[in-house]
Amino acid sequence: MNRKIPVALSRMAWLRRGRTRRGGRQFWLYLGLSSGALLFCWPFLWMISTSLESFEDAVTPGLGVWPASWHWENYLETWRSSPFPRYFLNTFIVAGTVSAAVALSATLAGYALVFLHFPGKKLAFMLAVGAMMVPFEAIFIPNFVLVTRLGWYNSLAALIISWCANGFSIFLMRQAFLAVPFEYYEAARLDGCGSLRFLFRVALPLVRPTLSVTAVFAFLGSYNALLWPLIVTADGSRRVVQVGLTVFTTESGVQLHLLMCAATIVMLPSVLLFLLAQRAVSDTMMATGVKG
Amino acid sequence: MSFRTVSEKYRERALAGVLLSPALLLLFIFTYFPMFIAFRMSLYGGRRGPGPWVGLDNYREALTSPDFWMALRVTAYYVLGIVPASLALGFAIAYGLHRVGPGRALLRTCFFIPYITSTVAAAMVWRALFNPRYGVANQLLSWIGLPPQRWLLESRGVLFLLTGGWIPADWGPSLALCCIILFDIWHLSGFMVVVFLAALQAMPRELEEAARLDGAGSVTLAIRIVLPAVRPTLLFLAVAGMCKTLQSFNSIYTLTQGSTVLPETQTLIYYAYAQFYEFGYWGYGSAVAVILTVLIIVLTALQFRMLDRGRSMS
Repeated sequence: MNRKIPVALSRMAWLRRGRTRRGGRQFWLYLGLSSGALLFCWPFLWMISTSLESFEDAVTPGLGVWPASWHWENYLETWRSSPFPRYFLNTFIVAGTVSAAVALSATLAGYALVFLHFPGKKLAFMLAVGAMMVPFEAIFIPNFVLVTRLGWYNSLAALIISWCANGFSIFLMRQAFLAVPFEYYEAARLDGCGSLRFLFRVALPLVRPTLSVTAVFAFLGSYNALLWPLIVTADGSRRVVQVGLTVFTTESGVQLHLLMCAATIVMLPSVLLFLLAQRAVSDTMMATGVKG
Repeated sequence: MSFRTVSEKYRERALAGVLLSPALLLLFIFTYFPMFIAFRMSLYGGRRGPGPWVGLDNYREALTSPDFWMALRVTAYYVLGIVPASLALGFAIAYGLHRVGPGRALLRTCFFIPYITSTVAAAMVWRALFNPRYGVANQLLSWIGLPPQRWLLESRGVLFLLTGGWIPADWGPSLALCCIILFDIWHLSGFMVVVFLAALQAMPRELEEAARLDGAGSVTLAIRIVLPAVRPTLLFLAVAGMCKTLQSFNSIYTLTQGSTVLPETQTLIYYAYAQFYEFGYWGYGSAVAVILTVLIIVLTALQFRMLDRGRSMS
């Protein structure tokens, strides 16, 4: 993160050399935006720096983002002091399964809603997308009861199954399939290609960016969720990292440097995943019409 | 579609059923069905399980309980504190990014990272910054010669503190709530930036160029030309931001957890969670959740109508 600022600065120097009025305006624009970006990212820089400090340095207030001395062993200590390996294993199982299941269910539904003809198509679309409007707080209590009745309380199944489909993903995939020319479908069908074969051989490769965004959003949503895992899991063996992190605060007391290690570790996978998928995410946001 | 025979037509219908059923079944079981159950549960009393039928008593209790009204007031401060501010900040940043040349993607990422990262982890960091003993916030105050504050633990109103006691302590949002609001503005603005930027990039270039040739300054251009052009996006973000904020749980839970939760920072969703999960009032918690849901639906509809009317007037 911190490498971005020098890049922006060097660009500003380049702009300053251009003497036009536009160049001057651009200089101030860059200056403002870079300081804003620095301000937005500063808590993260502070977090990383604090995570590497000794306990005494960590609890000495300061704005600095450069540790006085480097204590990499903090990470080892954090990793060992709490069942983080277990938490991460649980989280990756849950988020991975949810992500794959959402991608699959949304692909199948989105495809049917675009390419197939059947009665009640409009109703099916409205039901699928209408689910987006139902706020989570309206349903978390009954879902808790339902999951308990099914005997899934304190199991990973409870964390996975109720999240395997959502309206937003179906909407995204449908929008992507709409961009695939219908002539392709007709031509393929005339040549004797089955509908499912068309989906997997022709349509899916064409919508791959949206598919990956759907999967990434589902993964991040599941990875970052707190309320649901908090109420349906009871003990350490079934905990996910977000719940584990909230428990770690109470366990670690004022071990600020270790807490910042834990926060860094928990953030890392989501930030890395986002950075990898960033191009696809912004393309999808442009193409599927968040604009209207 | 002349090439389709009758049997093909039925095969297509069957296939559509098979393809749609996983998604729709899951949505029925875990989204639509629970909505009805929530309403049914809200009509029963009892703790940690199904109790006797009480009719609308849970609703009556909620609407006469000072705690409920407190939570409602906190929710109002919370939403009104976050949504307009992050919309304005998001638009300003996105407009800036729209007008810079190289480096846009890099800067955009910096603003977006708070949104995509784990709210719990980010809130841990902010908790440390607001810590009364070793936090940076108090350090900053001492540099400009102000007395230290209790930040997230402060239940007294921010207006009371700012005016040195002129305004009663229970007026307006508490300082603790303001800290949470600040966190959420930081967290939500990135989302607004990215969506606004996508809309700005999709806007026809001629629109801006024509206005600039007519001699419009940057600020005039932004407010008079660009903002109306991205009005649909503004509407979308206002509604989405409000829904996200009304449902926001992670930040409040993480920022205040560990200490006794102040009633001054409990929003409706937190209140419903606490009544249901911590105190075990399933029926009462459901009633609060149902009220909140109705509130969200009504507010969303109102917002659509208001912004629509605004468009037809301009």
